[in-house]
Amino acid sequence: MGPIQAPGAYTGAANVIAVLILLIEFGMFRQALLRDQIRLYAAQSGLLAVLAAFVALAKHLPELYALAAVTIALKVIAIPLVLRRLTRADDVEPGDDLATGIGADIAGSGGLSLASTVLIGIVVAAFGFFAAGSLPISASAAPTTALSISLSVVLVAFVLMIQRRDVVSQAIGLFSLENGISLAALVIAASLPLILELAFLFDLLLAVVVFGLLIRLHHGRADTLSTTGLTSLRG
Amino acid sequence: MTAVVIALLIIPAGAGVAAVWLPAQLKGLLTAIAAVASFGLVLALVPALSRHDIAMSGLIRIDALSAVFLLATSFLYACVAVYSIGYLRTEAGHRSGAADYSYTTQFWVGLNLFAWSMLAAPMMGNLALLWIAIEVTTIISALLVALEGTDGAAEAAWKYVLLASAGLALALLGTIFAYYAGAHVLGHSYDLGFAPLLHAAGRLPHTIVRLAFVLAVLGYGTKVGLFPVHTWLPDAHSEAPTPVSALLSGSLLAVSFYAILRFYQVAAGTLGSSFPRDVLLVFGVASLLLAALYLLDQQDYKRLLAYSSVEHMGILAIGVSFGAPVALAGVLLHVLAHAAAKGNAFMGAGVLVRKFGSKRITAVTGGLDLLPWSGPLFLIAVLALSAMPPFGIFRSEFEIVRGGLAAAHDSGAAILVVLVTVAFLGLSLAANRMLLTPRPAETAQGQAAQGQAALARGEPSAWMVVPVVAGVIALLILGLHPPGELTSLLARAVTALRGPA
Repeated sequence: MGPIQAPGAYTGAANVIAVLILLIEFGMFRQALLRDQIRLYAAQSGLLAVLAAFVALAKHLPELYALAAVTIALKVIAIPLVLRRLTRADDVEPGDDLATGIGADIAGSGGLSLASTVLIGIVVAAFGFFAAGSLPISASAAPTTALSISLSVVLVAFVLMIQRRDVVSQAIGLFSLENGISLAALVIAASLPLILELAFLFDLLLAVVVFGLLIRLHHGRADTLSTTGLTSLRG
Repeated sequence: MTAVVIALLIIPAGAGVAAVWLPAQLKGLLTAIAAVASFGLVLALVPALSRHDIAMSGLIRIDALSAVFLLATSFLYACVAVYSIGYLRTEAGHRSGAADYSYTTQFWVGLNLFAWSMLAAPMMGNLALLWIAIEVTTIISALLVALEGTDGAAEAAWKYVLLASAGLALALLGTIFAYYAGAHVLGHSYDLGFAPLLHAAGRLPHTIVRLAFVLAVLGYGTKVGLFPVHTWLPDAHSEAPTPVSALLSGSLLAVSFYAILRFYQVAAGTLGSSFPRDVLLVFGVASLLLAALYLLDQQDYKRLLAYSSVEHMGILAIGVSFGAPVALAGVLLHVLAHAAAKGNAFMGAGVLVRKFGSKRITAVTGGLDLLPWSGPLFLIAVLALSAMPPFGIFRSEFEIVRGGLAAAHDSGAAILVVLVTVAFLGLSLAANRMLLTPRPAETAQGQAAQGQAALARGEPSAWMVVPVVAGVIALLILGLHPPGELTSLLARAVTALRGPA
């Protein structure tokens, strides 16, 4: 092994953005309010758009500017808007959990304590990081470290979905998982035709609407966002 | 041929859109016409596809393998569309007029769009578009599962959409790795087209392809219902409206399996077939084992049929893992026969639900006496599902086992036979209890306790019988003498699956 070289400015900056995306994923563990959870998702998506624009600038891939723009339009603006609109039912009284963001309903919704969850998150993130690091991948667009981080994001999102016992966190966990995959795509599939990327994004928008409708249905039936009551179907 | 393909993409979608505005009675009729027309169009494509592939602009590419899944889906779409007319007419009037109208609209629009997305998926010539089509099937079918609006439906729909989407996220990761592998060889203008990827399969990087294949099996396997990611399946199948259950089980699972087969083709081309076969063997045996055991102790007959779907998907995976040509031909025939048989079983179950007002096995007795047509037809469907001759599944499972023995997979074939027999035991015990047990003398007290009136002999609706008869005819044709065009189509699809080697 030769002497370890300090990463260049481009690599360093891209890695910093990827790490921030992972940190936001961890931040979702402790968020107790629906509004803040959605805000974190928007922030994470925003960072993704910044990274896409950054790669476009550094590697002269003008298509990625369009991707960044659409990412902002959909993931930072439209999807959070749709989610908040759909989870704010008309019949909800002020002070009810849906209108104000979720209070006690979601805060204690974890099956494990926050500290244990974060520890598990760190373990799976490390696993994803080193597992991806051992892959024989040499990408030209973004540093491969970002790919390792993206796998960490995916695995931590799974922990979030498994550990949280309320429908909103599970849905946001899934959407942030998708952000992790977008990050991976930015590294190893930067030149994927724009039209396919756009199709993925609109597909995501469709999924968000359906998730919103089902969250509403669940809230309408069960009068809570918690999933602890979803145990009648078994065997 | 191009016109036929385009018509096939437009008709179900058009029917779905038109169903928004049409008056209530016409929605079903239009859907039935569109569905039967779609089946006719697919049949018209079969002779051409048994000789050559159809490719349009790289986005659409249909070969013999796609045709098998198109046949299964469009046949079931036609049966279910006709059946649903009767199903909705016999709906007990527990909704108000406006709610009933909106339920009916949502049902027909959803059914058409669901069928459209499942017909579109096997036509996609591009792994990314294939992923998108399958994601769309998830989204639409989740809404259909939730349609009844009960607590159970809300729970099942949530589990389904969350688990299936998480699974598909992994499949997307697999697709992106497949892109990386392809772009490695084909350059950066590569668009995930399937044909060029398969063409270059021999030169793709091994580790990446292995990773992409396992992610795809796990991801799409979630929608196929492979153990251990099958947990949404019994819930969704039992809580969805019964015509939707039939489509979920017969078509949706198969279309997701189609996606796995595409990745299998690429992986086999790159890595040789032993690695992908081993992966499928493990998932297949585990699914079959789990399903056989759950079939032995079920209280709910729609869940019973759902576990039977897990069983049959396990058989498909095991069949592919045997790899012998005769086993692969059996697998593809199994896709068709399973669609017909499971569609029939669910449609029969729908009649039982209408007649007895319960999904519990113990609530149903004397089915054979009370239902002059649907009783025997349900029995036939259960026997067909258990691979009894002379129906199609007997032929397909026989071919799979024969292929296993031919490929020196003796232990695999033996496990398959034993577990299928256990599954047969579970299915036939339940069917026996529901259909052949004589109905107890109905005392006034007993009825009051159960809250149900004495049931008269008779069918709820003729609309709910005709498509099942069509299914039995299809099963007999597949079992006794598959037409020559179909045989050559299957042979061509097997050649495609086995690859150039």
